Amino acid sequence: MVEFLFEPLQFAFIVRALAAAAIVGVVCSILGTYVVLRGMAFFGDALAHTILPGVVIAFLLGLPLAVGALIFGIVTALGIGLLTDKGYLKEDTAIGVIFAGLFALGVAMLSATGNYTVDLAHFLFGNLLAVSLSDLVVTAVLAFIVLLLVFLFYKELLVVSFDQVLAETLRIPTTFFRFLLLVLIAVTIVVSLQVVGIALMLAMFVTPAATASLLTRRLPTMMAVSAAIGVFSAISGVYVSFYLDIASGPSVVLIATLIFFVVFLFAPRRGIVWSRA
Amino acid sequence: MSEFVDRLAPRGVTHALERPTLELDHVSVSFAAGANGKTTKRGNNLALEDVSFEIEKGERVAVVGPNGAGKTTLLRLIVGSLKPGSGQIHVYGHGPDDHICIAYVPQRNQIDWSFPASVEDVVMMGRVGKIGLFRWPKRRDREIVRSCLDQVRATHLAKRQIGELSGGQQQRVFIARALAQEAELLLMDEPLTGLDMPSQSVIFDILESIGKTGVTVLVATHDLNLAAERFDRVMLINRRLIAFGKPPTVLTSKNLRYAYGGQVHVVDEDESVFVTDTCCGHGEEEA
Repeated sequence: MVEFLFEPLQFAFIVRALAAAAIVGVVCSILGTYVVLRGMAFFGDALAHTILPGVVIAFLLGLPLAVGALIFGIVTALGIGLLTDKGYLKEDTAIGVIFAGLFALGVAMLSATGNYTVDLAHFLFGNLLAVSLSDLVVTAVLAFIVLLLVFLFYKELLVVSFDQVLAETLRIPTTFFRFLLLVLIAVTIVVSLQVVGIALMLAMFVTPAATASLLTRRLPTMMAVSAAIGVFSAISGVYVSFYLDIASGPSVVLIATLIFFVVFLFAPRRGIVWSRA
Repeated sequence: MSEFVDRLAPRGVTHALERPTLELDHVSVSFAAGANGKTTKRGNNLALEDVSFEIEKGERVAVVGPNGAGKTTLLRLIVGSLKPGSGQIHVYGHGPDDHICIAYVPQRNQIDWSFPASVEDVVMMGRVGKIGLFRWPKRRDREIVRSCLDQVRATHLAKRQIGELSGGQQQRVFIARALAQEAELLLMDEPLTGLDMPSQSVIFDILESIGKTGVTVLVATHDLNLAAERFDRVMLINRRLIAFGKPPTVLTSKNLRYAYGGQVHVVDEDESVFVTDTCCGHGEEEA
């Protein structure tokens, strides 16, 4: 058993992969509680796809991928926010238009280059085992900033998410916090890009938080349980990926999904099994 | 930095105590008005037209009128989440946006009751304005939360998740939240809908006791009988202010026929008016 756990650790790239996966597991699942509570799953999924052109441009110019992703992520997050804030379009319509358009642009740009399928697969499903030390540093710094802001604005984000009118009567700037949340989600997507990839990003936001919501009744505990599930799925996913020789992103997501269904069936009081009994 | 914090999280203004608690001066707002009060091309119809009145400290006022009369719109204007197209709203001499002491208890169907928050958490949310940005609740805030729960007789519910409460308990928790906000003006939208008589009665007892501490209470309700029995003054509206005063002078058959048209049966029996409200009272459409 001990050997089972330690054998992969002799490879530096596995250690880096584990560290990156653990960081992403924490950030995604904590921010994911807001995604779940505010019903922003579609937004998160779409935003993940819209950063593709930014990533491709950075890739073609030889810049760090995170730079392109960050710029595109924040710009589209604010763009969608603006389109819907003024009531030009319904939110899901605005998201749908921008999401599909930018994703198509990204795929089109990438298809004009040589190694099209391999690169696209890496962007879509992550390339965890290729995490470099500098990638890891960028991931850690951005993740720290996101968590710090979630912590500093905890009260305000809680009120804005629970009761918009209360936020207004307390004169909390609701628009500012809505945009802050959009930007935090964008940054988190960038952080998670290499670990799970664009296509599976949504699972990291939604699945651990949804699982935690079945087990907890207060936001702080929901965040803690969600983070624990996120980290566990991420780390065990990397091990499974190592031993079964399957892609790391899907392996992380499959474990998170498996945990969700176990909890969904057997959660104390709220699980399907107990409520049927 | 401190200027940025002040702008992000204002902590309220000093009240001009010689001014009325609440005064509306020729306020109109259209249906399609957004947060800035500007009218879009689609709607020039007014949701509220030329409404003026004053309310004094400690009064309990019922706002009645048929569905779509603009009751929710009126409350949202006073809260400040909706801006009037024309006219002025003053609370103790200042616009609504300057205050953090105006509390709003929403209709129960506006709240996500599965939200992971305990009763204590919800009441503490009322303190967020007073606590201020980048600060955490102190012992004093927790004491206030406890005493507010005590005032609405909900101390024993403190640790419950909000979805586990009965309708009456949910309303009481939201009143406690308003108290924790140190509200001086409490607005409630259809707080009695769907509650049984004992629960309604408990709520009225609580409103009566907080009225004595100087909190002014404005309640939108479709229940004319309760409006007549349990409030100091009644405001009858249907897009315009039809009548405002002591219940017997407002709830006359003439006024009610004018306000409700065919929606209400008014039966005169020995000088008194027997009213059957036929509308369901389940929320007005968004203004």
